[in-house]
Amino acid sequence: MKKQTHSHRFWMLPAVVLLSITLFGCNGSNGNFSANTDAAQKVYVAPGELDEFYGFMSGGYNGQLGVYGIPSGRHIFTVPVFSQAAVNGYGYSEETKAMLNTSHGFVPWGDAHHPELSQTNGETDGRWIFINENNTPRVARIGLDEFKTQEIIEIPNSAGNHASAFVTPNTEYVSAATRFSIPMDADMSNMDVSIDSYKDTFRGTISFIKVSDEGKMNIDFQILMPGFDYDLSHAGKGPSDGWAFFTSYNSEQAHTLLEINASKNDKDFIAAINWRKAAEYVKEGKGKMMPGKHVRNYIDHEEGGIAKTETIDEVRVLDPRELEGIVYFLPTPKSPHGVDVDPTGQYIIAGGKLSTVIPVHSFDKMINAIENEDYEGEVLGIPVLKYDSILHGEVEDPGLGPLHTEFDGKGFAYTTAFISSEIVKWDIENTQVVDRIDTYYSPGHLMIPGGDSQKPDGKYLVALNKITKDRYLPTGPEMFHSAQLIDISGDKMQLLLDFPTEGEPHYAQGIKAEKVMERQKRFYKLEDNTHPYRATSEAQTRIERDGNEVHVYMTTIRSHFAPDNIEGIKVGDKVYFHVTNLEQDWDVPHGFAIKGANTSELLIMPGETLTLVWEPEQVGVFPFYCTDFCSALHQEMQGYVRVSPENSDPEIKYGIGQ
Amino acid sequence: MKTSHKIWMAVAALLLIGVYLVPIWSISMEAPQYPEGIGMNITINNIEGKQPNDLKNINGLNHYIGMKSIDPASIPELQVMPYIFAFLMVTGLIIAATGKRKLILFWLGVFILLAVAGLVDFYLWGYDYGHNLSPDAPIKVPGMTYQPPLLGSKQLLNINATSLPHIGFYFALLSMSIAGLVWWKSGDK
Repeated sequence: MKKQTHSHRFWMLPAVVLLSITLFGCNGSNGNFSANTDAAQKVYVAPGELDEFYGFMSGGYNGQLGVYGIPSGRHIFTVPVFSQAAVNGYGYSEETKAMLNTSHGFVPWGDAHHPELSQTNGETDGRWIFINENNTPRVARIGLDEFKTQEIIEIPNSAGNHASAFVTPNTEYVSAATRFSIPMDADMSNMDVSIDSYKDTFRGTISFIKVSDEGKMNIDFQILMPGFDYDLSHAGKGPSDGWAFFTSYNSEQAHTLLEINASKNDKDFIAAINWRKAAEYVKEGKGKMMPGKHVRNYIDHEEGGIAKTETIDEVRVLDPRELEGIVYFLPTPKSPHGVDVDPTGQYIIAGGKLSTVIPVHSFDKMINAIENEDYEGEVLGIPVLKYDSILHGEVEDPGLGPLHTEFDGKGFAYTTAFISSEIVKWDIENTQVVDRIDTYYSPGHLMIPGGDSQKPDGKYLVALNKITKDRYLPTGPEMFHSAQLIDISGDKMQLLLDFPTEGEPHYAQGIKAEKVMERQKRFYKLEDNTHPYRATSEAQTRIERDGNEVHVYMTTIRSHFAPDNIEGIKVGDKVYFHVTNLEQDWDVPHGFAIKGANTSELLIMPGETLTLVWEPEQVGVFPFYCTDFCSALHQEMQGYVRVSPENSDPEIKYGIGQ
Repeated sequence: MKTSHKIWMAVAALLLIGVYLVPIWSISMEAPQYPEGIGMNITINNIEGKQPNDLKNINGLNHYIGMKSIDPASIPELQVMPYIFAFLMVTGLIIAATGKRKLILFWLGVFILLAVAGLVDFYLWGYDYGHNLSPDAPIKVPGMTYQPPLLGSKQLLNINATSLPHIGFYFALLSMSIAGLVWWKSGDK
C-alpha cells in the first residue's frame, strides 16, 4: 500500500511518552479546588428524590451493563448480559442459560464495551439499549421495560467485535466489525493458515445488524474489508444519515508487536460506509451468501419465557471492490481510535490517539470529493479520498492522546485526552480550544446524555477513567474504575463528583429518566405467564416423575413454598424445581436455593417462573429456602426434600401444612 | 306537583345510575412499605383493589394477622345492592310520573333506612373481619383487633387505614337531597 509521510510529527512521540510519565508522577491539585458546597449541591439528590438521568455504563470485563443515577453517581442496578450472574441465576437457570450459547458452545463470560440506546429520529427513545461483546463477537439487546437481556446475536466471520454496537438514527441497523482480522477465503474453507501470511489471507468484515420494530436482530449483510483492525464507529445523522464511519488502525497489516509495527503509518483510515446503498444492493440480491455459522438467542415472555437458540449457517457478504460506492477511506492521522459525528451530522471527528491534532472531516466536502473522484489513490481496491479535500480543520493543542469526543448540542465538542489526563472543550466551527479540565486519571470514553445523538442534553459530562490509584479507599491491588461527573452547563467546565464504577466501563450512554421510567414493568402478570412448567396457583402445584427426571411445580408467596415437604426423590434423579412466584406486587422477588446444588440460586420476580436443576448425589434430607428477605416471616420460608437411595422405590409425596 | 317538580324528582331517581358507575366507599391504607398506598373500593356489587392487585396484596398482608380473606363472592349484600338501587330508581321514577307528593317522603324514608342498614352492615362486616381472627395467625398482638374505622382514620400496627365515602355515596346523597327539596318546594302553594 501507499506510504504516507508526515514525518515532521514524529518527533512528538518520545515527547508524548516522556510527558505522560511526568504527568503520572506529579499529583497536582487532585481536583480539590472544586470540592466546594456549590458542587455538593449540584450532585445532591435528597433522600426520596430521583436522579435526573439514567447512566448506562458498560461493565467491560465483567460482561454486564451498569446502571447509575446522574448526577448522584449512585450505582442503582447491574443488568447481566454476557456473563453468568450468580446473583440472580442469569446464565445458570434453565430459562436463561441458552442466552450464552454461541457457535463455540456455552460461553459463560464476555467483554462488554459499547452500550448504545435505541434512537428514533436521531434521538434516544428509551426502548432498548444495545451492547457489544468483544471477545466472542456478539451484540445484545436489553429491554428497558424490564432491564433484562432479551436477545443476543453472534457475529460470524469476525473476531474482536469492537466497533459495535452503534445504531443508525432510526435504529435501522446496529454495527459490528472485526478488530482482529481473520483468515478468509472465497468459501471460508481454509482457516488453517500461517499467521505470517496475514497480508495475503486475512480480511476484516463490517456487519450491519437489522433491527425489526419489535427489536428482533438479524445480520442483513457484511462488507468484506482489507485486513486492518477496525476500532470504533458512529453512524451519520441528518445530512450524513445513510452513512456510517469506522476507524481503522494497523493499515500496516502487522500481525506481531502491533504497538510498534502498527504505529508506523502517518495516517490510517476512517472507512466511510454508505449503508443505505449497501442495503439497496442487498435488496437487489447483490453480494453472495457465504458460510457464517452464528446463533441468535432470545427470550420471549409470550413464548414461555425460556431462552431459545437458533443457528444460522450463512451470511450475505458484499465485496466493495465489486459493488461500487459503498466504501471510501478517509485518511486520518495516527491510528485513530474514536470516530464521532457531531449533532448536525456535518462533522466527523477522529481521535488520532498518537496524533498531535484532532482532525475534523467535513461530510459535505467528503461528498464533493467522492463526486469529483478527488482520490489520492486506492488501498486494496478501496478509493482513498484526499485528506486536504475533506478536512474541515484540525484542532491544535487538543491534549495528548485524544480518544473520544461527545457533544453538548451548543456547538461544542469535548474530547478526552488519555495521556495528558484531561478533557478538552473546543468549538466545532472554528476548531479552537476554549476550555480544558483535568481528570483523575486517564479518561477513555466520555459520556454526555444523548451526546452522540442529534439531541444532546448538554448539562453533565461523565469522564470514564482508566486509572483509579488514590481516588478511593484502597482495596488492595485491584480496584473499581473511577468516573468523574463534570458540569458543562456553563462556559467553564466544573468538576462535581468522583464515583466508582463496576468492572471497566468503556463507553456509556445517558438518557432523561422520564423516557425510561414511563416504560417500567413492575412485575409480570401471572395471567400472562406462558411458561410450560408454570403453576399459577397453589392448587396447580404438583410433582411429576418421568424416568429419572422429576419435575416439581412449585410456588412461592409470602411466606411459604408450596409444596414445602417433598419425598420420593432418589439419588441419580435429575430434579427440576420450576418455581413460580405468585406475588403480584412491586419489588417482592423470592429466592430459591437448595443445599449442595451445583448451580446458582434463582431470584424469581413476581409472576415469573424459573427453573433450578438439582442432581442429588447423597441420601438424606436437604433443606431449601428463600434467599431474598421477602417478609417478616422470611426466615420461616423454608422446606425439606428427602432423598432416598438410588435402588429404592420411594413413593412421591408432597404437601404443605399437613 | 308541577312539571318542574316531576322533572326534578326524575333527576333524583336517575342520579342513582351514578352509583352503578363509580365506587361507593373507599378504604385506603398507608404504610412505610407502601409509599404509593394500597387500598380497596366498595362498589355496588364488588370489592376491588384501587390498583389491579391491591386486594390480593391486602389479603396477603392480612393472613399474617389471621384475618379472613376478603372475597367479594362470599358477601351476599354485594349481590343484593344492585337490585336495591334499581328498586329505588324505578319507584322514584314512578313517583315522578304520578306526581304523588306524599310518596316522596315515604320513598325518602325507605332510602334513608336502607342507607343506615347498609352502614350498620358495613360496620358488622368490619367488626367480623377485625375480631374473628385465626388462632393460627403468625402475628398475634395481645388485645389487638383490626377492625377498620367506619369513617375516618385508624392506626393498625404499621398501617394507617382511612375509610371514607367515595363518589357513588355522594350521588346517593345528592339524589336524597334533591328528592327532599322537591318534597319541600312542591308543598308551597
